[in-house]
Amino acid sequence: MENHYAIETNNLSIHYGKFTAVKDVNLKIERQKITAIIGPSGCGKSTLLRAFNRMNDFVPGSYVTGEVLLHGQNLYGRNVDPVEARRRIGMVFQKPNPFPKSIHENIAWGARINGFKGNMDELVENSLRGAALWDEVKDKLKESAYALSGGQQQRLCIARTIAIQPEIILMDEPASALDPISTLRIEELMQELKRNYTIIIVTHNMQQAARASDKTAMMMIDDQRAGTVIEYDNTNKLFTNPKEKRTEDYVTGRFG
Amino acid sequence: MLRKTFESEIQQVKDDVLMLGSMVEQAILNTVEALKKRDLKASEEILKADRLINKKRFDIENKLMILIATQQPMAHDLRLLASTMEIISELERMGDYAKGIANINIRMGDEALLKPLIDIPRMAQKGVDMLHRALTAFINEDVETARTLPVEDDEVDALYNQIYRELMTFVIQDPKTIERANWLLWVAHNLERVADRVTNICERTIFIATGEMGEIKSTDDEFWKQQKHE
Repeated sequence: MENHYAIETNNLSIHYGKFTAVKDVNLKIERQKITAIIGPSGCGKSTLLRAFNRMNDFVPGSYVTGEVLLHGQNLYGRNVDPVEARRRIGMVFQKPNPFPKSIHENIAWGARINGFKGNMDELVENSLRGAALWDEVKDKLKESAYALSGGQQQRLCIARTIAIQPEIILMDEPASALDPISTLRIEELMQELKRNYTIIIVTHNMQQAARASDKTAMMMIDDQRAGTVIEYDNTNKLFTNPKEKRTEDYVTGRFG
Repeated sequence: MLRKTFESEIQQVKDDVLMLGSMVEQAILNTVEALKKRDLKASEEILKADRLINKKRFDIENKLMILIATQQPMAHDLRLLASTMEIISELERMGDYAKGIANINIRMGDEALLKPLIDIPRMAQKGVDMLHRALTAFINEDVETARTLPVEDDEVDALYNQIYRELMTFVIQDPKTIERANWLLWVAHNLERVADRVTNICERTIFIATGEMGEIKSTDDEFWKQQKHE
Protein backbone atom coordinates (compact mmCIF):
# COMPACT_ATOMS: atom_id res chain seq x y z
CA MET A 1 0.00 0.00 0.00
CA GLU A 2 1.32 3.43 -0.87
CA ASN A 3 2.24 5.50 2.13
CA HIS A 4 -0.29 8.23 2.76
CA TYR A 5 2.23 10.64 4.26
CA ALA A 6 4.97 12.55 2.47
CA ILE A 7 7.07 12.72 5.61
CA GLU A 8 6.66 10.92 8.87
CA THR A 9 8.90 11.41 11.87
CA ASN A 10 9.18 9.02 14.78
CA ASN A 11 10.73 10.40 17.96
CA LEU A 12 12.96 12.58 15.84
CA SER A 13 15.58 14.45 17.84
CA ILE A 14 18.27 16.66 16.36
CA HIS A 15 21.51 17.17 18.24
CA TYR A 16 24.49 19.46 17.86
CA GLY A 17 27.19 17.67 19.83
CA LYS A 18 25.87 17.40 23.40
CA PHE A 19 23.13 19.94 22.81
CA THR A 20 19.70 18.69 21.78
CA ALA A 21 18.08 21.35 19.60
CA VAL A 22 14.91 19.48 18.71
CA LYS A 23 13.42 16.67 20.74
CA ASP A 24 10.94 13.86 20.17
CA VAL A 25 9.06 15.14 17.17
CA ASN A 26 6.31 12.88 15.88
CA LEU A 27 4.74 14.41 12.82
CA LYS A 28 2.83 13.05 9.88
CA ILE A 29 3.08 15.48 6.99
CA GLU A 30 0.27 14.92 4.52
CA ARG A 31 0.85 14.77 0.79
CA GLN A 32 -0.12 17.71 -1.38
CA LYS A 33 -0.96 19.81 1.61
CA ILE A 34 0.72 22.89 2.98
CA THR A 35 2.02 22.39 6.48
CA ALA A 36 3.18 25.41 8.45
CA ILE A 37 5.63 25.25 11.33
CA ILE A 38 5.26 28.13 13.75
CA GLY A 39 6.73 29.05 17.11
CA PRO A 40 8.85 31.67 18.85
CA SER A 41 12.42 32.43 17.76
CA GLY A 42 14.92 29.76 18.66
CA CYS A 43 12.34 27.00 19.06
CA GLY A 44 13.94 24.82 16.40
CA LYS A 45 11.57 25.40 13.47
CA SER A 46 14.33 25.84 10.89
CA THR A 47 16.41 23.06 12.41
CA LEU A 48 13.48 20.70 12.06
CA LEU A 49 12.84 21.85 8.49
CA ARG A 50 16.49 21.29 7.59
CA ALA A 51 16.33 17.78 8.95
CA PHE A 52 13.79 17.01 6.25
CA ASN A 53 16.38 17.32 3.48
CA ARG A 54 19.51 16.56 5.48
CA MET A 55 20.78 20.11 5.36
CA ASN A 56 21.95 19.75 8.97
CA ASP A 57 24.51 17.24 7.68
CA PHE A 58 26.63 20.27 6.79
CA VAL A 59 26.84 21.37 10.42
CA PRO A 60 29.82 19.65 12.10
CA GLY A 61 28.83 17.53 15.08
CA SER A 62 25.16 17.38 14.17
CA TYR A 63 23.28 14.12 14.14
CA VAL A 64 19.74 12.88 14.44
CA THR A 65 18.15 10.16 16.50
CA GLY A 66 14.77 8.68 15.74
CA GLU A 67 13.45 8.43 12.22
CA VAL A 68 12.44 10.56 9.28
CA LEU A 69 10.47 8.57 6.73
CA LEU A 70 10.20 9.98 3.24
CA HIS A 71 7.22 8.28 1.61
CA GLY A 72 7.81 5.46 4.06
CA GLN A 73 11.57 5.14 3.49
CA ASN A 74 14.18 6.07 6.07
CA LEU A 75 15.74 9.36 4.95
CA TYR A 76 18.78 8.77 7.14
CA GLY A 77 19.21 5.15 6.03
CA ARG A 78 22.74 3.96 5.25
CA ASN A 79 22.02 3.53 1.52
CA VAL A 80 20.49 6.97 1.08
CA ASP A 81 22.51 9.47 -0.93
CA PRO A 82 21.92 12.88 0.67
CA VAL A 83 22.42 14.63 -2.67
CA GLU A 84 19.69 12.54 -4.24
CA ALA A 85 17.52 13.15 -1.17
CA ARG A 86 17.93 16.90 -1.63
CA ARG A 87 16.87 16.57 -5.23
CA ARG A 88 13.64 14.97 -4.09
CA ILE A 89 13.16 17.56 -1.37
CA GLY A 90 13.77 21.07 -2.64
CA MET A 91 14.29 24.09 -0.47
CA VAL A 92 13.54 27.78 -0.74
CA PHE A 93 15.30 30.11 1.68
CA GLN A 94 14.46 33.30 3.47
CA LYS A 95 16.56 35.55 1.27
CA PRO A 96 16.24 34.99 -2.46
CA ASN A 97 19.55 33.46 -3.54
CA PRO A 98 19.66 33.27 -7.33
CA PHE A 99 22.95 32.31 -8.95
CA PRO A 100 24.91 35.23 -10.48
CA LYS A 101 23.83 34.06 -13.92
CA SER A 102 21.07 34.71 -16.40
CA ILE A 103 17.45 33.94 -15.58
CA HIS A 104 17.51 31.07 -18.07
CA GLU A 105 20.72 29.64 -16.64
CA ASN A 106 19.42 29.82 -13.06
CA ILE A 107 16.93 27.15 -13.99
CA ALA A 108 18.90 25.21 -16.58
CA TRP A 109 22.01 24.79 -14.44
CA GLY A 110 20.51 22.62 -11.69
CA ALA A 111 18.58 20.57 -14.20
CA ARG A 112 21.69 19.99 -16.26
CA ILE A 113 23.77 18.71 -13.34
CA ASN A 114 20.88 16.47 -12.44
CA GLY A 115 21.26 14.89 -15.84
CA PHE A 116 18.33 16.49 -17.60
CA LYS A 117 18.50 15.60 -21.29
CA GLY A 118 15.17 16.89 -22.60
CA ASN A 119 14.22 20.19 -24.22
CA MET A 120 15.82 22.79 -21.94
CA ASP A 121 13.87 25.80 -23.24
CA GLU A 122 10.67 23.97 -22.57
CA LEU A 123 11.76 23.07 -19.04
CA VAL A 124 12.74 26.70 -18.35
CA GLU A 125 9.40 27.96 -19.62
CA ASN A 126 7.37 25.38 -17.71
CA SER A 127 9.27 26.03 -14.50
CA LEU A 128 8.85 29.79 -14.83
CA ARG A 129 5.16 29.34 -15.59
CA GLY A 130 4.86 27.04 -12.58
CA ALA A 131 6.34 29.75 -10.42
CA ALA A 132 4.03 32.43 -11.93
CA LEU A 133 7.01 34.36 -13.29
CA TRP A 134 6.99 33.57 -17.03
CA ASP A 135 4.99 36.55 -18.24
CA GLU A 136 7.25 38.96 -16.38
CA VAL A 137 10.56 37.55 -17.65
CA LYS A 138 9.89 35.82 -20.97
CA ASP A 139 11.48 38.70 -22.94
CA LYS A 140 14.63 38.90 -20.82
CA LEU A 141 15.71 35.35 -20.15
CA LYS A 142 19.31 36.20 -20.99
CA GLU A 143 19.48 39.02 -18.47
CA SER A 144 21.04 38.61 -15.05
CA ALA A 145 18.76 37.24 -12.34
CA TYR A 146 20.04 40.06 -10.16
CA ALA A 147 18.11 42.54 -12.28
CA LEU A 148 14.85 41.12 -10.92
CA SER A 149 13.00 42.50 -7.91
CA GLY A 150 13.20 40.63 -4.58
CA GLY A 151 9.79 39.06 -5.09
CA GLN A 152 10.68 38.00 -8.63
CA GLN A 153 14.00 36.58 -7.45
CA GLN A 154 12.19 34.50 -4.85
CA ARG A 155 9.81 33.16 -7.50
CA LEU A 156 12.85 32.42 -9.66
CA CYS A 157 14.25 30.37 -6.77
CA ILE A 158 10.94 28.51 -6.61
CA ALA A 159 11.09 27.96 -10.39
CA ARG A 160 14.64 26.63 -9.98
CA THR A 161 13.41 24.28 -7.26
CA ILE A 162 10.53 22.87 -9.27
CA ALA A 163 12.69 22.50 -12.39
CA ILE A 164 14.33 19.45 -10.84
CA GLN A 165 10.90 18.03 -10.03
CA PRO A 166 11.10 17.45 -6.31
CA GLU A 167 8.37 15.70 -4.35
CA ILE A 168 8.45 18.06 -1.44
CA ILE A 169 9.27 21.76 -1.23
CA LEU A 170 10.58 23.15 2.03
CA MET A 171 10.27 26.89 2.53
CA ASP A 172 12.12 28.68 5.30
CA GLU A 173 10.49 32.09 5.80
CA PRO A 174 10.13 32.47 2.03
CA ALA A 175 8.35 35.82 2.21
CA SER A 176 9.87 37.53 5.22
CA ALA A 177 12.18 39.65 3.06
CA LEU A 178 9.39 40.59 0.65
CA ASP A 179 6.83 43.39 0.49
CA PRO A 180 3.12 42.56 1.11
CA ILE A 181 2.20 42.22 -2.57
CA SER A 182 5.11 39.91 -3.34
CA THR A 183 4.24 38.00 -0.18
CA LEU A 184 0.67 37.44 -1.35
CA ARG A 185 1.97 36.35 -4.73
CA ILE A 186 4.16 33.70 -3.09
CA GLU A 187 1.20 32.54 -1.00
CA GLU A 188 -1.02 32.29 -4.08
CA LEU A 189 1.73 30.39 -5.81
CA MET A 190 1.90 27.94 -2.91
CA GLN A 191 -1.78 27.15 -3.43
CA GLU A 192 -1.02 26.38 -7.08
CA LEU A 193 2.03 24.32 -6.22
CA LYS A 194 0.28 22.09 -3.73
CA ARG A 195 -1.60 20.40 -6.56
CA ASN A 196 1.67 18.70 -7.43
CA TYR A 197 3.89 19.09 -4.40
CA THR A 198 3.86 18.74 -0.67
CA ILE A 199 4.89 22.01 0.93
CA ILE A 200 6.30 22.62 4.38
CA ILE A 201 6.78 26.23 5.39
CA VAL A 202 8.44 27.78 8.40
CA THR A 203 7.06 31.20 9.15
CA HIS A 204 7.16 33.85 11.85
CA ASN A 205 4.13 35.44 10.34
CA MET A 206 1.12 33.87 12.00
CA GLN A 207 -1.34 35.45 9.62
CA GLN A 208 0.60 33.87 6.82
CA ALA A 209 0.40 30.44 8.43
CA ALA A 210 -3.31 30.98 9.05
CA ARG A 211 -3.98 32.15 5.48
CA ALA A 212 -1.78 29.82 3.53
CA SER A 213 -1.55 26.46 5.27
CA ASP A 214 -3.77 23.41 5.72
CA LYS A 215 -2.04 22.04 8.80
CA THR A 216 0.00 23.81 11.43
CA ALA A 217 2.62 22.50 13.83
CA MET A 218 3.27 24.68 16.87
CA MET A 219 6.78 24.41 18.34
CA MET A 220 8.07 25.49 21.73
CA ILE A 221 11.24 24.99 23.74
CA ASP A 222 11.24 23.03 26.98
CA ASP A 223 13.30 23.90 30.09
CA GLN A 224 16.40 22.30 28.55
CA ARG A 225 15.99 24.67 25.59
CA ALA A 226 15.12 21.79 23.26
CA GLY A 227 12.37 22.57 20.79
CA THR A 228 9.47 20.24 20.26
CA VAL A 229 6.08 20.18 18.60
CA ILE A 230 3.47 20.88 21.26
CA GLU A 231 0.41 20.91 19.03
CA TYR A 232 -0.28 19.78 15.48
CA ASP A 233 -3.70 20.20 13.98
CA ASN A 234 -5.76 21.56 11.10
CA THR A 235 -4.84 25.21 10.68
CA ASN A 236 -8.46 26.35 11.07
CA LYS A 237 -8.71 24.58 14.38
CA LEU A 238 -5.33 25.66 15.71
CA PHE A 239 -5.99 29.35 15.11
CA THR A 240 -9.59 29.46 16.32
CA ASN A 241 -9.63 26.97 19.16
CA PRO A 242 -6.23 25.52 20.04
CA LYS A 243 -6.03 22.71 22.56
CA GLU A 244 -2.84 23.87 24.27
CA LYS A 245 -2.74 26.93 26.49
CA ARG A 246 0.79 27.70 25.23
CA THR A 247 -0.45 27.69 21.62
CA GLU A 248 -3.29 30.02 22.60
CA ASP A 249 -0.85 32.36 24.31
CA TYR A 250 1.47 32.38 21.32
CA VAL A 251 -1.12 32.89 18.58
CA THR A 252 -2.85 35.64 20.54
CA GLY A 253 0.47 37.43 21.08
CA ARG A 254 0.80 36.92 24.83
CA PHE A 255 4.41 35.93 24.29
CA GLY A 256 6.79 35.01 21.54
CA MET B 1 3.23 43.63 28.75
CA LEU B 2 2.73 42.80 25.10
CA ARG B 3 -1.01 43.21 24.82
CA LYS B 4 -1.70 46.23 26.98
CA THR B 5 -3.40 48.28 24.28
CA PHE B 6 -5.39 45.38 22.90
CA GLU B 7 -6.54 44.26 26.37
CA SER B 8 -7.75 47.73 27.24
CA GLU B 9 -9.61 48.01 23.95
CA ILE B 10 -11.29 44.65 24.58
CA GLN B 11 -12.28 45.87 28.05
CA GLN B 12 -13.72 49.01 26.50
CA VAL B 13 -15.84 46.95 24.11
CA LYS B 14 -17.13 44.80 26.98
CA ASP B 15 -18.09 47.95 28.90
CA ASP B 16 -19.90 49.21 25.82
CA VAL B 17 -21.83 45.94 25.52
CA LEU B 18 -22.93 46.25 29.15
CA MET B 19 -24.01 49.82 28.48
CA LEU B 20 -26.01 48.73 25.42
CA GLY B 21 -27.50 45.90 27.47
CA SER B 22 -28.67 48.24 30.21
CA MET B 23 -30.22 50.59 27.62
CA VAL B 24 -32.17 47.62 26.28
CA GLU B 25 -33.20 46.41 29.75
CA GLN B 26 -34.45 49.89 30.59
CA ALA B 27 -36.36 50.13 27.29
CA ILE B 28 -38.18 46.83 27.93
CA LEU B 29 -39.21 47.78 31.45
CA ASN B 30 -40.20 51.31 30.46
CA THR B 31 -42.21 50.27 27.43
CA VAL B 32 -44.35 47.87 29.46
CA GLU B 33 -44.76 50.47 32.20
CA ALA B 34 -45.90 53.00 29.58
CA LEU B 35 -48.43 50.51 28.23
CA LYS B 36 -49.67 49.69 31.70
CA LYS B 37 -50.27 53.36 32.42
CA ARG B 38 -51.43 54.05 28.83
CA ASP B 39 -48.83 56.82 28.77
CA LEU B 40 -48.40 57.67 25.09
CA LYS B 41 -45.76 60.30 25.76
CA ALA B 42 -43.59 57.74 27.53
CA SER B 43 -43.97 55.45 24.52
CA GLU B 44 -42.77 58.25 22.24
CA GLU B 45 -39.68 58.42 24.45
CA ILE B 46 -39.11 54.69 23.89
CA LEU B 47 -39.03 55.31 20.13
CA LYS B 48 -36.35 57.95 20.65
CA ALA B 49 -34.40 55.70 23.00
CA ASP B 50 -34.45 52.98 20.35
CA ARG B 51 -32.60 55.24 17.95
CA LEU B 52 -29.90 55.65 20.60
CA ILE B 53 -29.77 51.86 21.03
CA ASN B 54 -29.29 51.44 17.27
CA LYS B 55 -26.59 54.07 17.25
CA LYS B 56 -24.78 52.46 20.17
CA ARG B 57 -24.89 49.11 18.37
CA PHE B 58 -23.33 50.61 15.23
CA ASP B 59 -20.64 52.32 17.33
CA ILE B 60 -19.69 49.02 18.94
CA GLU B 61 -19.78 47.25 15.59
CA ASN B 62 -17.42 49.82 14.20
CA LYS B 63 -15.02 49.41 17.12
CA LEU B 64 -15.09 45.65 16.63
CA MET B 65 -14.32 46.00 12.93
CA ILE B 66 -11.36 48.24 13.70
CA LEU B 67 -10.06 45.80 16.31
CA ILE B 68 -10.38 42.87 13.92
CA ALA B 69 -8.62 44.78 11.15
CA THR B 70 -5.82 46.18 13.26
CA GLN B 71 -5.18 43.44 15.82
CA GLN B 72 -5.90 40.41 13.63
CA PRO B 73 -7.21 38.45 16.58
CA MET B 74 -6.70 34.71 16.92
CA ALA B 75 -8.14 31.90 19.01
CA HIS B 76 -10.01 33.16 22.09
CA ASP B 77 -9.71 36.81 21.03
CA LEU B 78 -11.21 35.99 17.64
CA ARG B 79 -14.09 34.05 19.18
CA LEU B 80 -14.75 36.90 21.59
CA LEU B 81 -14.80 39.65 18.97
CA ALA B 82 -16.80 37.66 16.40
CA SER B 83 -19.33 36.61 19.04
CA THR B 84 -19.65 40.11 20.42
CA MET B 85 -20.68 41.15 16.92
CA GLU B 86 -23.55 38.65 17.19
CA ILE B 87 -24.47 39.62 20.72
CA ILE B 88 -24.87 43.32 19.96
CA SER B 89 -27.11 42.41 17.08
CA GLU B 90 -29.26 40.32 19.46
CA LEU B 91 -29.43 43.27 21.86
CA GLU B 92 -30.43 45.64 19.12
CA ARG B 93 -33.28 43.32 18.10
CA MET B 94 -34.45 43.16 21.71
CA GLY B 95 -34.57 46.94 21.60
CA ASP B 96 -36.82 46.61 18.57
CA TYR B 97 -39.25 44.48 20.59
CA ALA B 98 -39.48 47.29 23.15
CA LYS B 99 -40.10 49.69 20.29
CA GLY B 100 -42.78 47.35 18.89
CA ILE B 101 -44.62 47.45 22.21
CA ALA B 102 -44.35 51.25 22.29
CA ASN B 103 -45.88 51.40 18.81
CA ILE B 104 -48.77 49.19 19.92
CA ASN B 105 -49.45 51.55 22.82
CA ILE B 106 -49.41 54.53 20.49
CA ARG B 107 -51.68 52.86 17.94
CA MET B 108 -54.17 51.91 20.66
CA GLY B 109 -54.74 55.66 21.14
CA ASP B 110 -57.35 56.31 23.76
CA GLU B 111 -58.75 52.78 23.69
CA ALA B 112 -58.77 51.22 27.17
CA LEU B 113 -56.75 48.09 27.91
CA LEU B 114 -58.79 44.90 27.60
CA LYS B 115 -57.71 43.95 31.10
CA PRO B 116 -55.30 45.19 33.76
CA LEU B 117 -51.76 44.02 33.02
CA ILE B 118 -50.41 41.46 35.46
CA ASP B 119 -48.62 38.68 33.62
CA ILE B 120 -47.23 40.95 30.90
CA PRO B 121 -45.13 42.99 33.38
CA ARG B 122 -44.04 39.69 34.92
CA MET B 123 -42.85 38.48 31.53
CA ALA B 124 -40.94 41.73 31.03
CA GLN B 125 -39.38 41.49 34.46
CA LYS B 126 -38.39 37.87 33.92
CA GLY B 127 -36.94 38.59 30.46
CA VAL B 128 -34.90 41.54 31.73
CA ASP B 129 -33.67 39.54 34.68
CA MET B 130 -32.53 36.74 32.35
CA LEU B 131 -30.88 39.23 30.01
CA HIS B 132 -29.02 40.85 32.87
CA ARG B 133 -27.63 37.54 34.09
CA ALA B 134 -26.80 36.44 30.54
CA LEU B 135 -24.70 39.57 30.02
CA THR B 136 -22.95 39.09 33.35
CA ALA B 137 -22.19 35.50 32.30
CA PHE B 138 -20.85 36.84 28.98
CA ILE B 139 -18.49 39.27 30.72
CA ASN B 140 -17.26 36.63 33.17
CA GLU B 141 -17.32 33.84 30.60
CA ASP B 142 -19.39 31.89 33.09
CA VAL B 143 -20.18 28.74 31.12
CA GLU B 144 -22.17 27.17 33.93
CA THR B 145 -24.69 30.04 34.00
CA ALA B 146 -24.75 30.24 30.21
CA ARG B 147 -25.76 26.57 30.04
CA THR B 148 -28.44 26.69 32.74
CA LEU B 149 -30.01 30.09 32.18
CA PRO B 150 -31.88 29.21 28.95
CA VAL B 151 -33.97 26.66 30.88
CA GLU B 152 -35.70 29.59 32.55
CA ASP B 153 -37.16 30.44 29.15
CA ASP B 154 -39.81 27.85 30.08
CA GLU B 155 -41.18 30.24 32.70
CA VAL B 156 -41.55 32.95 30.11
CA ASP B 157 -43.22 30.51 27.74
CA ALA B 158 -45.59 29.43 30.51
CA LEU B 159 -46.57 33.05 31.13
CA TYR B 160 -47.12 33.56 27.43
CA ASN B 161 -49.29 30.46 27.34
CA GLN B 162 -51.34 31.72 30.25
CA ILE B 163 -51.83 35.15 28.65
CA TYR B 164 -52.86 33.50 25.39
CA ARG B 165 -55.56 31.39 27.07
CA GLU B 166 -56.86 34.31 29.07
CA LEU B 167 -57.12 36.53 26.02
CA MET B 168 -58.86 33.77 24.06
CA THR B 169 -61.49 33.53 26.80
CA PHE B 170 -62.22 37.23 26.31
CA VAL B 171 -62.51 36.77 22.58
CA ILE B 172 -64.83 33.78 22.86
CA GLN B 173 -67.09 35.62 25.26
CA ASP B 174 -67.22 38.75 23.14
CA PRO B 175 -65.80 38.71 19.61
CA LYS B 176 -65.75 42.53 19.60
CA THR B 177 -62.68 42.31 21.85
CA ILE B 178 -60.63 40.66 19.11
CA GLU B 179 -58.61 43.72 18.24
CA ARG B 180 -57.79 44.70 21.81
CA ALA B 181 -56.93 41.07 22.64
CA ASN B 182 -54.72 40.91 19.60
CA TRP B 183 -52.75 43.97 20.66
CA LEU B 184 -51.94 42.42 24.01
CA LEU B 185 -51.09 39.12 22.38
CA TRP B 186 -48.54 40.93 20.23
CA VAL B 187 -47.07 42.57 23.30
CA ALA B 188 -46.70 39.17 24.96
CA HIS B 189 -45.23 37.73 21.79
CA ASN B 190 -42.56 40.44 21.69
CA LEU B 191 -41.64 39.69 25.30
CA GLU B 192 -41.49 35.98 24.59
CA ARG B 193 -38.96 36.68 21.83
CA VAL B 194 -36.75 38.64 24.24
CA ALA B 195 -36.18 35.51 26.31
CA ASP B 196 -35.41 33.48 23.18
CA ARG B 197 -32.67 35.89 22.26
CA VAL B 198 -31.19 35.58 25.74
CA THR B 199 -30.60 31.93 24.81
CA ASN B 200 -28.66 33.05 21.73
CA ILE B 201 -26.42 35.22 23.90
CA CYS B 202 -25.76 32.24 26.19
CA GLU B 203 -24.81 30.10 23.17
CA ARG B 204 -22.22 32.71 22.18
CA THR B 205 -20.81 32.86 25.70
CA ILE B 206 -20.27 29.10 25.64
CA PHE B 207 -18.59 29.42 22.25
CA ILE B 208 -16.25 32.18 23.45
CA ALA B 209 -15.20 30.22 26.50
CA THR B 210 -14.96 26.72 25.04
CA GLY B 211 -14.96 26.94 21.25
CA GLU B 212 -18.06 24.73 21.12
CA MET B 213 -20.56 26.14 18.69
CA GLY B 214 -24.10 24.84 18.94
CA GLU B 215 -27.67 25.40 19.92
CA ILE B 216 -28.69 25.00 23.50
CA LYS B 217 -31.56 22.54 23.36
CA SER B 218 -34.57 24.76 23.24
CA THR B 219 -37.81 23.82 24.91
CA ASP B 220 -39.61 26.01 22.40
CA ASP B 221 -40.28 23.09 20.08
CA GLU B 222 -42.07 21.29 22.91
CA PHE B 223 -44.06 24.43 23.54
CA TRP B 224 -45.32 24.62 19.97
CA LYS B 225 -46.12 20.90 19.93
CA GLN B 226 -48.33 21.34 22.95
CA GLN B 227 -50.17 24.22 21.29
CA LYS B 228 -50.98 22.02 18.33
CA HIS B 229 -52.34 19.08 20.29
CA GLU B 230 -54.63 20.98 22.60
